[in-house]
Amino acid sequence: MAKLILSMDGLVLKEIPLTKERTTIGRKPHNDIQIDNLAVSGEHAVIVTILNDSFLEDLGSTNGTVVNGSPIKKHFLQNNDVVELGKYKLKFVGEAAPAASGEKADFEKTMVLRPSAMKAAAAAAGAAGGGAQAALAQRQAAVQAAAASAQATLADKDAGTKPAPAPAPAAAAPAPAAAAPAAAPAPAPANRAGGQPLGAIQLLSGGNAGKELELTKPLTTLGKPGVQVAVLTRRPQGYFITHVEGTKRPSVNGQEIGAAPHSLKDHDVIELAGIKMEFFLKA
Amino acid sequence: MDLTQTLEIATCTDPGMVRSHNEDSIAADPANGLVVLADGMGGYNAGEVASGMATTVIVTEMRQILSNAKPYEVDQKNNQEIAARMVREQVLKANTSIYQAAQSQPQYAGMGTTLVVALFYDNRLLVAHLGDSRLYILRDNKFKQVTRDHSLLQEQIDSGIITPEQAKKAAHKNLVTKALGIDPTVEPEIHEYPTKPGDIYLLCSDGLCDMVDDEDIGMTLQTLGANLKLAAQQLVQMANDNGGRDNVSVILVRVLREYPGAKGVMAKMFAWLK
Repeated sequence: MAKLILSMDGLVLKEIPLTKERTTIGRKPHNDIQIDNLAVSGEHAVIVTILNDSFLEDLGSTNGTVVNGSPIKKHFLQNNDVVELGKYKLKFVGEAAPAASGEKADFEKTMVLRPSAMKAAAAAAGAAGGGAQAALAQRQAAVQAAAASAQATLADKDAGTKPAPAPAPAAAAPAPAAAAPAAAPAPAPANRAGGQPLGAIQLLSGGNAGKELELTKPLTTLGKPGVQVAVLTRRPQGYFITHVEGTKRPSVNGQEIGAAPHSLKDHDVIELAGIKMEFFLKA
Repeated sequence: MDLTQTLEIATCTDPGMVRSHNEDSIAADPANGLVVLADGMGGYNAGEVASGMATTVIVTEMRQILSNAKPYEVDQKNNQEIAARMVREQVLKANTSIYQAAQSQPQYAGMGTTLVVALFYDNRLLVAHLGDSRLYILRDNKFKQVTRDHSLLQEQIDSGIITPEQAKKAAHKNLVTKALGIDPTVEPEIHEYPTKPGDIYLLCSDGLCDMVDDEDIGMTLQTLGANLKLAAQQLVQMANDNGGRDNVSVILVRVLREYPGAKGVMAKMFAWLK
């Protein structure tokens, strides 16, 4: 269950769990969160909570609603967002997640949502998988963070500096300790994809002999369309060459490749459409 | 009219890296220009039962009907082409079958499936869909999503509550608002689009578009468009390389040439006179 922590001048005044679908904030007493301060409008803002997502909406308040320093009309609340109302601060805390991994996998499955089922789903989510979704979001964030830093590592390599070791996923993601074990398996592929050495090909014959092409994209096509085309794919396991079109297939080290993707090793020589080129991994 | 020589179709389906079985079902009837993709849901193996029923019912029923009638024939009663009604009726039939099975057999309780159906006829494409399985088009090297998901997330995007960027981070990607076999009746969303030779259409389950960015999917189709079978395999592989958390299914259809409905000049004149 997500909650808000109300504070003023760094003093925590109250913790408010977001149990209702609509939680209203304002100066008047009928609000769910009453803040008796003249800088706060009678009906200042509302937080709409749908399953595990909370949205903050300003209700046309006189002094406006500020989230993380910028005024908003409508805002999708993220963990640790700080909402400012006059001198008061409301910190939004998403849920910590001590959830079993089995539940998580189940919850990720496609489910149908009907208006009648919505309350039940919300209740079930709160009871069983409540933490799972937050953990999932954190896991996704961890993957993204890991992927981003892995890319940064690659960029470093391109610039010719020594590659830093792949960052630990737990360090890259601001995930609480409880979620860290769950985060560990997911970032692994991303790390592998980013941490793998960058491949490149150098043309050995033809008009552009000597020219080098770095294989940074997940897919790079080579050859002449309509005559012979092959694709080099960049995968976590390494680089592969696959025949795309043309009657003749490319050959690797003098051997014509089959229909299946062919794994490329450092210093393999590819021959395609009459042109020889060498595949190599950049250190 | 046999469309086998007009449409090139490649399919690929895979359980992914995490799930033990594949709850997606795909079916293609190249001669009739029909492709169907369904992503089942429900406990144990009920998901695959639902998706399997959906594809089988729709393909067999459509084949039956198309052997007697042409989609571009005009209904005398309301002066509309029968294609949309034809597809809608088969979708409803599939809905009833799945719903009844789910009601009558406890092990299938609550099963359902998403659906996307594409029927090619008369230089056009009719798309019916339910849930978050999608149809994309690659035309003139531009890659675009055609269908709009029936999902909570899409509704939130539409109503401006969240932006598409925020949607990528949202945790409830898996909640669909419409599906086949959940309620006694359902209304599929049906649209018709003109096709052009060279178009490539992609039907996919959320196992692809959740794992692979649209940009990368588009790039794959652009670079590997020449070899459709390989492109389909490559897409599945990319989803699996990115984690493959769900079943992945892909249907690719390329329009090779024009395929106008075999309407004679006389028939056109006749229709016009009425």
